[in-house]
Amino acid sequence: MLREIPRGSRVIDLGCGDGRLLQKLRDEHGCKTILGVELDVEEILGAVARGVPVIHADLDEGLKEIADDAFDVAVLSQTLQQVRRPKEVLANMMRVARRALVVVPNFAHWRIRLQLAFQGRAPVTEELPYEWYDSPNLHVMSMIDFRDLARQLNIRILKELPIVRDRAVDRAWVPNLRAVSALYVLERAD
Amino acid sequence: MSDQTVPTVQPDERSVGFVERQYTTLFEPPDRLRMESGREFGPITVAYETYGELTPERDNAIFICHALTGDAHAAGWHTPHDRKPGWWDDFVGPGKGLDTNRYFVICANVLGGCQGTTGPSSINPETGEPYCLTFPFITVGDLVSVHSALVRRLGVERLLAVIGGSLGGMQVLEWAARFPDQIHAAIVLASAARLSAQGIAFNAVGRWAIQDDPNFCEGRYYGKEPGPRRGLALARMIAHITYLSEDSIEKKFGRRLQHSDTFAYVLKREAEFQIESYLQYQGKRFVERFDANSYLYLTKAMDYFDLAEAYGSIEAALRRTDARFLIVSYTSDWLFPTAQSKELVAALVKEGQDVTFIEFDSPYGHDSFLIKEQIGQLESVVVPFLDQTYLARRRKD
Repeated sequence: MLREIPRGSRVIDLGCGDGRLLQKLRDEHGCKTILGVELDVEEILGAVARGVPVIHADLDEGLKEIADDAFDVAVLSQTLQQVRRPKEVLANMMRVARRALVVVPNFAHWRIRLQLAFQGRAPVTEELPYEWYDSPNLHVMSMIDFRDLARQLNIRILKELPIVRDRAVDRAWVPNLRAVSALYVLERAD
Repeated sequence: MSDQTVPTVQPDERSVGFVERQYTTLFEPPDRLRMESGREFGPITVAYETYGELTPERDNAIFICHALTGDAHAAGWHTPHDRKPGWWDDFVGPGKGLDTNRYFVICANVLGGCQGTTGPSSINPETGEPYCLTFPFITVGDLVSVHSALVRRLGVERLLAVIGGSLGGMQVLEWAARFPDQIHAAIVLASAARLSAQGIAFNAVGRWAIQDDPNFCEGRYYGKEPGPRRGLALARMIAHITYLSEDSIEKKFGRRLQHSDTFAYVLKREAEFQIESYLQYQGKRFVERFDANSYLYLTKAMDYFDLAEAYGSIEAALRRTDARFLIVSYTSDWLFPTAQSKELVAALVKEGQDVTFIEFDSPYGHDSFLIKEQIGQLESVVVPFLDQTYLARRRKD
């Protein structure tokens, strides 16, 4: 992910957790203006202890505290499937920063397909280890589905990096079947 | 009085112990304070207390801005016979939120107050009489100018942090705008860039209660008993309601009656419901320690406070400092609701400032930052925030 963030850019991390990524960007990547957004108070306190500025907010409420283009890059890692309104969140993300990095799980991974097809049960995998009734994942999507949404929102997909065996790769054979998740580099098309 | 009847205090190891109020005089003529109203005023005596030790580098000082009716006595005890310790004793002391083993903590009574700093009840050296309503009009900016001068007098060039809640939070914001290079961090609790119309309304009713008291005598009531006690008590009762939440008073008092299980079916002055009795007690206690004229001046200063009005916009007010900001609000605070804190956050984010915002869950309303039960929560964010400010400051130097 660091490779896709130009040195010194202003970065906002949506769902920043304990601020690990932002701390790294500040200390090793010359990013002076950083901000985390997080809903969980315990996580916020973790970010404060790393000296990472963070604001307490629900991504589903429109990022009203963040001005248009206040940042160069917005990061949203493994969170889009957990918000109530992914489309609005994605749109707001592209409002506050021109470029975005998004990591989404690929629910069309072959293991998931097999479980559903042969066991007839909601899939539980290493990457998505939740039972259906206590899963934080409110939405399921595949790489193909994500491309559709980006097109709808007039977002340019600069890169699509399937994550296969824990590594983001430039290209993969049948990615929608083999990738457990994917990293997208997006840019506002205006 | 014998020791058997008066309980004596034994401060524990988490207390700053016995402390003494100190005084210094600033703005002596001809170097008077140039006030926001355009008037010049001085001399000004300031009452303050300090806790902990200033490092040889003078880099560990934290200033506490007290709220409307607070004073310089933030922590510890004045005498073994005090009924209560300082107003923020739960938060200030060895190993507490503002750790006096590490930081040098300063708290001063505000200009226009009545707890040692020059105010309407002080003697005007030119006339030998109390100022009363000839005391000059004061603003939050003027309060901060005096604090700032005190900090310089104490030999501190730059504060590690300024912290305050409510009117104290307004002072913190004003400090960042007015003396941007004097602070490394600004901690704003349950506050806002301006007082809402609702807030002004409650303050106004409080002032009317005082001014309409037959014993107010146009503010010249000093030395004439009883003074506007009833009006001041009423003002406090009204204000006190705004500091609590619907939920907390429902839980604490509900509809319970004070002395009976059944209604008396008479209109009487004595409190019938527990909540009435509580408010009357609060009012009565308040007039023992507070001056009505100070209340008029300070609530008016609070009403006038508007960062955007004074500096063009909140962004313009706060862009000149490189201080880190910590903004805290409370879910049940309806006097300074979270939306007002978020307005500050939005302006700071727009300017690319280092800002952290947290809304704490609390049932206690506006007063949450003072309530013992919520102090742990406040500590959990202020302690690491100060740690990191100290580290970041070292990196910068």
